[in-house]
Order: sequence, then structure tokens, then C-alpha cells
Amino acid sequence: MDVVIFLIFAIIAVACAINVVVQTHPISSAISLVGVMGSLAVIYLLLGAEFIAAAQVIVYAGAIMVLFVFVIMLLNAGAEATKGRAPMAHLLGPPLLAAFLGILAFVVRRLFPREYTAHFGGFTHGTAKDVGRALFTTYLLPFEAASVLILIAIIGAVVLARKEMD
Amino acid sequence: MGSVPISWFLTLSAVLFALGVAGFLFRRSIITVFMSIELMLNAVNLSFVTFSYQLKKVDGHLFSFFVMVVAAAEAAVGLAIILTVFRNRKTLNIDDVSSMKD
Amino acid sequence: MDSFIVISVVKAVVVFGALLTALAYLQWVERKVIAHIQVRPGPYRVGPHGLLQPVADIVKLITKEDLSPPFVNKTLYLAAPFLAMTLALMSICVIPFGPAIRVGGVQTWMQLTDLNIGVLFVLAVSSIGVYGIALAGWSSNNKYALLGSLRSSAQMISYELPLSLAIASPLLLSNTLSLRLLVDSQAGGAWRWNALRGPFPQIFAFVIFLIAAFAECNRVPFDLPEAENELVAGFHTEYSSMKFASFFMSEYANMITVSCMATLLFLGGWDAPWPARYGSSLVPTVLLAGAGLMALYHGIHPWRRRDRYSLPAAGAVFLLAAAVFLLPAVQSWLMPLFWFGAKVGSILFAFMWVRGTLPRLRYDQLMGFAWKYLFPAAMLNLLLTGFLVAWGS
Repeated sequence: MDVVIFLIFAIIAVACAINVVVQTHPISSAISLVGVMGSLAVIYLLLGAEFIAAAQVIVYAGAIMVLFVFVIMLLNAGAEATKGRAPMAHLLGPPLLAAFLGILAFVVRRLFPREYTAHFGGFTHGTAKDVGRALFTTYLLPFEAASVLILIAIIGAVVLARKEMD
Repeated sequence: MGSVPISWFLTLSAVLFALGVAGFLFRRSIITVFMSIELMLNAVNLSFVTFSYQLKKVDGHLFSFFVMVVAAAEAAVGLAIILTVFRNRKTLNIDDVSSMKD
Repeated sequence: MDSFIVISVVKAVVVFGALLTALAYLQWVERKVIAHIQVRPGPYRVGPHGLLQPVADIVKLITKEDLSPPFVNKTLYLAAPFLAMTLALMSICVIPFGPAIRVGGVQTWMQLTDLNIGVLFVLAVSSIGVYGIALAGWSSNNKYALLGSLRSSAQMISYELPLSLAIASPLLLSNTLSLRLLVDSQAGGAWRWNALRGPFPQIFAFVIFLIAAFAECNRVPFDLPEAENELVAGFHTEYSSMKFASFFMSEYANMITVSCMATLLFLGGWDAPWPARYGSSLVPTVLLAGAGLMALYHGIHPWRRRDRYSLPAAGAVFLLAAAVFLLPAVQSWLMPLFWFGAKVGSILFAFMWVRGTLPRLRYDQLMGFAWKYLFPAAMLNLLLTGFLVAWGS
């Protein structure tokens, strides 16, 4: 059961991720990326990370990607021109990426043999309560730093997106 | 009721990351490049959550939470920059936004 | 395991049947309410008091020609209404309507499923609900539709912040994210509801939640995405037939969801406002019997000829319903449903009342209101609640 669910959503995630890369229109890429995020949220649930799964959908799919779609619609961004891309990247890119992926997969296989498995319900400390407790005790300083970062980002966005730049 | 090997999660994460790198390198639209970065961040989040499961500790969740916070801040500023670039240059092609290079 | 699946399927069928019927009739109720506010009868021709109007509407919408204009982005154009509808109906899965009941020897909750993160689930589903509208406007290849969906996405992102902050403060009092436990923590009467109980009554959060919910559902006075005098029909300009109907139904489904959420978060869910030993279980009987007696009285002194037969019949139905509420066998599950329905119904009535009363805001007023007033108010409320809860414990 767990394997089936994992495989279904892993395949959806990879298919959507491929779609993100190959679609020429930004809005199709954005919708595919939402698909990746949704299926990752299900995989997080499988790993017992219920709070992170909810945050993934609320923050990533519900806020960040809506912002992307909004900007794409606002700029009326059309399909990307396929001409004029660097030929070197096309020739060298895919083999290099495949090699990189192969090395990563090999390392993962060596570090995590088949005995290490995960099943639904194997880890139940990913609730909102546990995450909140860790956030406000162990990770209090990063939390405050993150809030300052967000404040800076808000100010930066407001300054950058102003109509007049004088 | 089989269990899923941990390595599968990490491989999925690696595949998503590689696809993000591919999008980052091959695409020419600023917005799509930016979305590829988000894809890579998502892939990394998956590894954090997987490690958290393997170590039976909640810390990995906190890391991915902070990644989300930073991604949100980054999206806000990044999209504002994209808006400004588009307003000044009337293009979203990164090859045309290279006047700092030469 | 098998019985679990059977029970779940039965519950899903019952809940979705009831929900879809409620959606169809909510539209009739709304037309009637607006009509009476504007001193006109409203739908009157199809069936008694226009009661069969929803059926006629459904037949009309199904048999209409299903246009799909040229130069639209086909995939997204077709996916958008489907997405809007699915996401609008999804939240109902976690909404509890009542306590555990026993039907034919089977103990079950009046809820499809209870999640530890029920509140977050509803928030998540509602936060991706904006894609239906955004994609509909974008894929239609129409400037009015695009403007409507742009407005809608900006509005929904902005109003989601006060909405989430308003949800957070009652959660501080109840100390749980599960909707079932949320109601349990408010049991025992109106003074225990989150809207009224100490250390800091969440009445402000309730008002902020309702205002933000109006905006999230694209309802008057925040229905800028479909402002007909500026944008023709906004994001669904190019949609016809059942595709149009699914946007319409998703709006009503969203209204029902936020009303349920307001009831669960602030108004104690299915709990009666005062305990049964002081007679709260007699309220539906008294109300229905009063309505029945009034109908009988008007049947004896009729205004029109046909009232002599129709009103006594209606009165008899009301009296029968009043008697049903007195049966101890059904009281255990009918009473929670009555109170839940009454609270949700009152909030839905407020939606319609506001629609009949208030004019539409201007776009800059809309955004300014969210960021300058609603968001700081929600923030202040959350801070105060947090301080008082921490101080009290």
C-alpha cells in the first residue's frame, strides 16, 4: 500500500517536474510545479510530516505559486522563444546531468541500503505541536532571524515594485 | 503492506533536483528559471523530511520549514525584481538582460 | 476493515447528496431573501413559491449550448471549472456535523474523517482554490476575464492573511487543530464558545473572519472579480452551460465551507447555546410548532381561496416535524444537526443580507481595507489573545 502510494505520487511528481522544464509557456510550467508540490505534500504525509505537508500546500502551492501565476498574468508573459539558445548547453547538459544523477543515486544506494525503510505511521512526531515546540525552543534564534528576513523582504519588494524609481 | 526503502525517497529528491538544475540551465525565461530554483528547493526539502524520518527527529522538519520561509521571502523579492526588469527592458529573456556583462 | 469502507462510502454518499441539494436550494433561498429585501416576490412560477426553481435551473443549464470560444488555451480552459468545483467541495470531508452516533448497532461520527490538522487542511484547500478562478480568467483569452482573475488572485492573497490570523486566535484558546476536539473544547453552553469565552472573547476575530470570508468567496461587497458594470462578468465571461454552473456552485460551496468553519471555530459547532436541562432541546419543537399553528390560523382565515387547503397542509407538516423532534430515539442525532444547521444557516443568511444591503467597494478601497485595517486588527487581536492566554496559564 505504502509502496503503491509512493510510486503513484513519485511518478506524478517526476512527470510534472519534466513538464516544468519542457513546457515553453510559463503558466504551464507554473501549474506543473503546483502538481510537483502537491504530490510532494502527499509524500511528506507518508513520512509522518503532517505539519510540513500542510505548510507545503499553504505556503508553496497556495501563496508562492499564486504569486508566480499572478506575475505571469500581470506581465502577460508569452511563450518562450526557442531560437538562440546556446548549443553547448544542449550538447553537454543532458549527459552531465545524467552523470550527476548517476553519482547521486550511487551514493544514496551506498549510504542507505535496502534495510532502511519507511512506512506510514513509522514516525509520529511531525505534528504541529512537536514542530512548534522545537521552533520556539531549540530554533528560537533562527526563527527570529527568519522574521527579520521576511521584514526585509517585504520592504525590498515594496521598494522594488514602486511605480517611480527616482 | 510493504515499506518504502529510504533510498527511493532520496532518489526521487535527486531526480527532482536534477530536473530543477536542467530547467535552470536550459530555460531562457526569467520566470521559468526562477521556478526551477523553487523546484530544487522542494527537492532538498524532501531529503530533509526523509532524513528526519530516518533519524526519528523533528529537526529536519524545522529545516524544511525555514527553507519555505526563505523561499517565500525570495519569491517576494525575486518577483518584484522581475517586475522591475520587465518594466525597464520590456523583455523576460535572460540573454537580453546581460548589459552588466559587457 | 470492510465495515469501515462500507460506512465511509455510505457517509460520503449521504454528505455529498445533502451538500449538493443544499447548494441547489441555497441559490433559491438567496434569490428569495434578496427579493424580499427589495420588496418583490422572487422566483414564484415553478412549483409552489418557486420551490422547483433549482430543478428548472439545472435542466436549463444542462441543455444550454456548451460553447468553447476559439483561441482559448483548451486544456486550462476545461480544467479551470473542474478545479474550482473539486476544491470547493473537498473541504466538507473534514467538517464534523455532530457527535458520535449509533445507527443500527454501528458507532460512527457525523463526519467523514477527522484529521489532526483539520484546520490546516481547510486552509490549504481554500488557499489553492484561487487557481480555478485565476486559470479560468487567463485561459479565456479575454481582457475582462483576465482583469477579473488578476483582481481575484490579488484579493484572495491579501484577504487570506487576516483570515488565517483570525483563525489562529481561537486556536490559542482551544489548543488543538482537530475540528472535532475544537468543538469538544467549547462544549457546555454559549459562554464557553470561543466567540464569547475568556480570557479574551474572540468576537473581534469572528467579525474579522467573516469579513475576510466574504472576500475569499468573492461575495458582495468584495465581488470585484465579477463586477458586472466594469468587467461584463469577470473571470467567467467566456463560460457557458455546465462550466458556468460549476463556478456558480463552487461559490456557494465555498460559502457553506466558511460558514461551517465559522461555526466550528467560534460558535461551538453542534453544541446548544444552553444545556438541555434548561430546555434547549425544546427550541426546535417550539419554533416548528409555532410556525405550524400560524399556518393553521391563516388557513382558517384565508386571504385567498387556495390558502384554505394549502396552508393547513403546510401547518400539518410543520407540526409533524415538531413532533419528530420530541422523539427520544432521534433526538440524540437530530438536535446536534439542528443546532449546527441553525448556526450555519444564520451565517449564510448574513451573507445574503449583506448582498442585499451593501454596495460594492472600489478596487483600491478593497486592497487598502485589507492591508491598512483588517490585517493590523487581526494581528493586534492575535497578540492580545496570545498574551492573555500565556498569562492565564
